[in-house]
Amino acid sequence: MENSAIIKINDLVKSFPMGKTHFTALRDINLTIGRGEFTGLVGPSGSGKTTLLNIVGSLDTPTSGEAWVLDHSVGRLSARQSAQLRKEELGFIFQSYNLLVVHTVYENVEFPLLLLKIGAPERKKMVMDALEWVGLTDKVRSKPPQLSGGECQRVAIARAMVKKPSLVLADEPTANLDAANSHHILKTMVNLNRELNTTFLFATHDEKVIKYLRRKIYLLDGKIDKISEQEQT
Amino acid sequence: MIRFLLKGLFHDRSRSRLPIIVVAIGVMLAVFMNAYITGFMGDTIEMNARFTHGHLKVMTRAYAENEGQVPNDLALTEVSALKEELSGRFPELDWAARIQFGGLVDVPDEFGETRSQGPAAGMGIDLLSPDSREAGRLNIQKSIVRGRIVQNAGEALLAEQFSRKLGVDPGDEVTLIGSTMHGSMSMYNFRVAGTVSFGVEALDRGTIIVDIEDARNALDMYDAAGELIGLFETGFYDDERALEIARAFNTPFEEDKDEYAPVMKTLTQQGSMGQLVKMLDVWGIYIIAIFIVAMALVLWNAGLLGGLRRYGEFGVRLAMGEEKNHLYRTLIYESIFIGIAGAFIGTAIGLFFAALVQKYGINISGLMEGSAMMYPSAIRTRITTTDYYIGFIPGLFATIIGTMLAGIGIYRRKTSQLFKELEA
Ligand SMILES: Nc1ncnc2c1ncn2[C@@H]1O[C@H](COP(=O)(O)OP(=O)(O)O)[C@@H](O)[C@H]1O
Ligand SMILES: [Mg+2]
Repeated sequence: MENSAIIKINDLVKSFPMGKTHFTALRDINLTIGRGEFTGLVGPSGSGKTTLLNIVGSLDTPTSGEAWVLDHSVGRLSARQSAQLRKEELGFIFQSYNLLVVHTVYENVEFPLLLLKIGAPERKKMVMDALEWVGLTDKVRSKPPQLSGGECQRVAIARAMVKKPSLVLADEPTANLDAANSHHILKTMVNLNRELNTTFLFATHDEKVIKYLRRKIYLLDGKIDKISEQEQT
Repeated sequence: MIRFLLKGLFHDRSRSRLPIIVVAIGVMLAVFMNAYITGFMGDTIEMNARFTHGHLKVMTRAYAENEGQVPNDLALTEVSALKEELSGRFPELDWAARIQFGGLVDVPDEFGETRSQGPAAGMGIDLLSPDSREAGRLNIQKSIVRGRIVQNAGEALLAEQFSRKLGVDPGDEVTLIGSTMHGSMSMYNFRVAGTVSFGVEALDRGTIIVDIEDARNALDMYDAAGELIGLFETGFYDDERALEIARAFNTPFEEDKDEYAPVMKTLTQQGSMGQLVKMLDVWGIYIIAIFIVAMALVLWNAGLLGGLRRYGEFGVRLAMGEEKNHLYRTLIYESIFIGIAGAFIGTAIGLFFAALVQKYGINISGLMEGSAMMYPSAIRTRITTTDYYIGFIPGLFATIIGTMLAGIGIYRRKTSQLFKELEA
């Protein structure tokens, strides 16, 4: 059972210094997420979803307790080790896409592979595969400002998926999209989850997203309120 | 990765345009300034060399010690033999004897009584030998204001300003009252052939120029001369070589206690010329230093502004697993590219302007009025090989330093923080 857990969080607390005192954004978090899950952190704005996602993504560290991600304790990694973890195992999708606006769609998707120092011919094939998954092979030479919001988010998904990471973290990925586009990208992610067995962890309060989640972890004021298991397959 | 960075630079013009413009302007100014200073100082040095110091000068030891008083009683003798020896041993220089002398120029009326009189600084130079280059060296032909150049023995040129003061016109006779090499008084008549103006205050005040043989006759200096000057055939002073030649010439006389023994001095060993030449050497370094600091400050700030705009990009790149060190390094690679590109453009433009000013010159005679030093009346830049690479030093250093300073912000922010700035 331990073997299939990709994320394991024990008694995690995260507080931020606020002037002379501090503000506790997360407390008593205990959570296990297995490989291949399609799960979301659900809760109102300010409930701590992004904070938890950042810790899992090793962009931030716990104040106390432990967050194990792929058998690495996030708080104990050096800057270099956490960069390596992100580079090799994690993919990120953001609410505001965060594409490199001066680079083409192709270059955006290629970037994670450059960091991994993958050779040119293989790189090209991987980029084209990823663009095919999201249905953007005809926009290879376009730049983000020429794309619609839905297309941008699909580029971001291709960029997160191109290296076939073990875990994709998606923070409010549909917040800037209309219903049609939201469903489109969610279907894309569901497919990728099935085909590549990639684990997805969302942070969201969007009903459209929640419908797709196989497991929902409800956060309220920095604590896990309830976890609702699997209602559809 | 390098291709990725270059694409970023090319596509995001705001990332490259401002820094390249800043570097290009700075480099252009640095290149031009360097050519300008080389030209101006070089001209000043060459002018002083041609008029007074030579690139090398031979005098007697005693004369050298009191050079300011032009003590012709301490002049070199048997000068033709010495000149021949010098021309034989050091053919890379053109050697010429000169006599400088002081005295009074007296203008008589028709009864032989003094009409006017004034103190004169005289120069006896070889104006009449067919192979002499002295007249050209002093640019006499072009400096003639009235009358003509000296063509016969017994003729003199007066500074235009001096002739006006004395009320003398070409064709008039004047008497030079001086003292002979042996200390007795001498009087010698000259016919004024013409008047000259060099545009140099120091020379235009009381100069009288005569042929050296006339000066010898007037001052009783048979085959003697106060000084023998040598000028490099290349036209430019070469301090290293000059010192070598002077050492070679002086060594045999080191043991000699005779105060009439000849001594050779380089340009830099005379008057304030040494400082001027040294200044010329360090100027380049000052210019580079100033431009590095100034441009680095501008680029630092430009980098800070550009960096703020790019924190989003940095955040995403870090999220994708790029290390901060790597990110910082890529910024420096970018800056090297920008530095080189800017330096290329700046050097090209700087050289273009320098070449224009080298060709046409800028007249500054008005600015130098009243100066006792000899300055050229027109500024001419002089392009040397240094100008082709000098701009790359401040160009590269400034961009790299500016980027290094601006990029520190990456380290000062937590990764999650860089992110927040882009979520906002
Ligand atoms: N760096 C920080 N410093 C101080 N407070 C923070 C910081 N980051 C988040 N918070 C606070 O923590 C709480 C949770 O924030 P966040 O995780 O962004 O919520 P969510 O993503 O669920 O909207 C909020 O009250 C927020 O103001
Ligand atoms: Mg959030």
